[in-house]
Amino acid sequence: MMIILKEMFYYFVFPGLLFGTGIGLLAGWVDRKVTARLQWRVGPPWYQNFVDILKLFGKETIVPRGRAATFLLAPYLGFLSLGLAAAIIGRALINPAVSFAGDLIVILYLLTMPAIALIIGASSSRNPLASVGAGREMKLILGYELPFIMALATIAIKSGSIKLGSILTYQLNFGSFFYSWSGAIAMVVAIFCAQAKMGFAPFEISEAEQEIMGGVLIEYSGIPLAVFKLTKALLLYTMPLLLVVLFLGKDLHPLFIIGKFVIFLVIFILIKNTNPRLRIDQAMSFFWGPVSLLALAAVILALMGK
Amino acid sequence: MSHKIIVPIGPYHPLQEEPEFFQLYCEGEKVVDIDIIIGYNHRGIEQLSEGKHYDQVAFLVERICGICSSSHPYAFVLAVEDLFGGEQKVVPERALYIRTIVDELQRIHSHLLWLGLAGHFIGYNTVWMWAWKYREPVLDMFEMTTGNRNSYAMFKIGGVRRDLKEEDGPILKKMLDEFVPALDLFRGAVMDDPVIQARLKGVGILTRQQAIDWCVVGPTARASGINIDVRRDEPYGVYNRVDWNVVVEKEGDIFAKTVARILEMYESVRIIRQCLDKIPKGEIDAQLRDVPVGEGIGRVEAPRGECFHYIKSDGTNRPVRHKIRAPSFMNVASNKVGAVGGSISDATITLAAVDPCYCCTERVAVINKADNQKVMNGWDLIKLSQEKTERLKKELKA
Repeated sequence: MMIILKEMFYYFVFPGLLFGTGIGLLAGWVDRKVTARLQWRVGPPWYQNFVDILKLFGKETIVPRGRAATFLLAPYLGFLSLGLAAAIIGRALINPAVSFAGDLIVILYLLTMPAIALIIGASSSRNPLASVGAGREMKLILGYELPFIMALATIAIKSGSIKLGSILTYQLNFGSFFYSWSGAIAMVVAIFCAQAKMGFAPFEISEAEQEIMGGVLIEYSGIPLAVFKLTKALLLYTMPLLLVVLFLGKDLHPLFIIGKFVIFLVIFILIKNTNPRLRIDQAMSFFWGPVSLLALAAVILALMGK
Repeated sequence: MSHKIIVPIGPYHPLQEEPEFFQLYCEGEKVVDIDIIIGYNHRGIEQLSEGKHYDQVAFLVERICGICSSSHPYAFVLAVEDLFGGEQKVVPERALYIRTIVDELQRIHSHLLWLGLAGHFIGYNTVWMWAWKYREPVLDMFEMTTGNRNSYAMFKIGGVRRDLKEEDGPILKKMLDEFVPALDLFRGAVMDDPVIQARLKGVGILTRQQAIDWCVVGPTARASGINIDVRRDEPYGVYNRVDWNVVVEKEGDIFAKTVARILEMYESVRIIRQCLDKIPKGEIDAQLRDVPVGEGIGRVEAPRGECFHYIKSDGTNRPVRHKIRAPSFMNVASNKVGAVGGSISDATITLAAVDPCYCCTERVAVINKADNQKVMNGWDLIKLSQEKTERLKKELKA
């Protein structure tokens, strides 16, 4: 009984859903603030994202005629799956010993769920713009998943394990993967893929407010929209954290973790603010071309032991 | 892939916040056809103008558009001065220089505004914010020369309404000096950015022949290799007395349109500098009275292209007929060529690349139907409206 309660705590409170979402919303504020400063604006106060979500919770939920069940459940599918990924990564960071064999693969699956949820939700809304957005999201997944898997494979080859705990212990003993050729290349690849996973410019193609007016999210309002926003926030917590675990996993003092987390966050924000949005075909050829080649190079270098 | 969907942009544009309606017929991401529907914002300016006396009309036409708010009054006063024998003859020298300065300042601010919007349209919000930040000093210059940031109220028949202060000249020059580095920044940021080039090059191409066929004007035409510019072809103000070049690009894609506008801003800075150097002392108003009988034409190169005003006078203090043709009216229709065949992502920026200004355009409606190419002019609309009134009358009687 105690164990179940404890696991529930890990999943729902710390380091899972509640904590992750909170940090994610704060990270989202950092994003908005840095973006604003880059653009000579003032930017919102730190609690802005929280009150935004709170406001959405108080709004009416409008459900388009059609597949109401999938339309309403899709946001939760993405949010809860991602929460599980956040909990697994967070726990591995706190105590590398508790992670289980193959959790890297589990995370790979769980991280795809938010995008799948967007596609399901958008498709069930039966809006033409949402369907265009869903199509774009689908193509984007096909684009970035291949190099992302190869980047993870590089880590698996180098550490000889698909367990987050052993990946961390390996780095504790032999230094972060970032300091090897293959690790550094894989990190660059993973940063691009994470940018696309989080839907940041230049890859915010499926939402593209200027082209398809929010695309996948166009029919959402009220609480389901808030849950999608929370999923975004949780991604902003999970992705940098995963990159810390995979590539900069040597010093695990909380302050160091926060520092590395912020470094990744700033990289994402800078990429976001210095690039226009790509067209979907350009994004695909970018991921299948240069990024996949880089990832392949990383895998080969890892196999050579570099 | 025969499943066509309609992606609506409008009737209220989500980004430009202006009333227009583009219906994109799409197969997947590909745009196969487009309907351009305008006419949501008919204000009857021409009719209003016939009920006002000449001095009031200058203020009225200024309100046609908030962006080209010196082009329309300028074209209007040119048309009226045409009745008096032409601007160059009747207007004092100093006023001509001041008119040119205001006209060119307006071009800079309009092009910067467009550059920012274009950045926003391709999802590059940093360019958007930066362009609009550097537009602020230009508005300050306006405030210094005209007293207003927008709607300058500067033009009157026979001169200008407000003199340029002697001490303002050096300050304006200094502000221009500070503005040029910002312009260099944009030239670097836009013209050398590989991602921007990937998004804009080869997109929404309007070839030279198509540009001629669709009668486009202004930077849209000049980016397609057509060497037209009212400022040079039919000089007004002091454009024939200063040294400047017409910017012509050959490619006809959106990148060329962007480059053309950026380079035009440099030319504008050059023109203003020379005007500030050469401006003579003297009167600013010819005190023209009693508009003679006749017809007058005023043509001005607005930031978007040729702005045309026609005035018919019967010797009273009001125009009998006032006809306006704004540049966007010519340019918007060319989207039929530019946007079809591209993807939705390209269509958004293509539709914006002609720098459409709907408030200028909205004085007649053209409806292009995909199937039968039906075009309606103002008279057809009036007939429609009369028929509707008749129908309503009958219904009410019954």
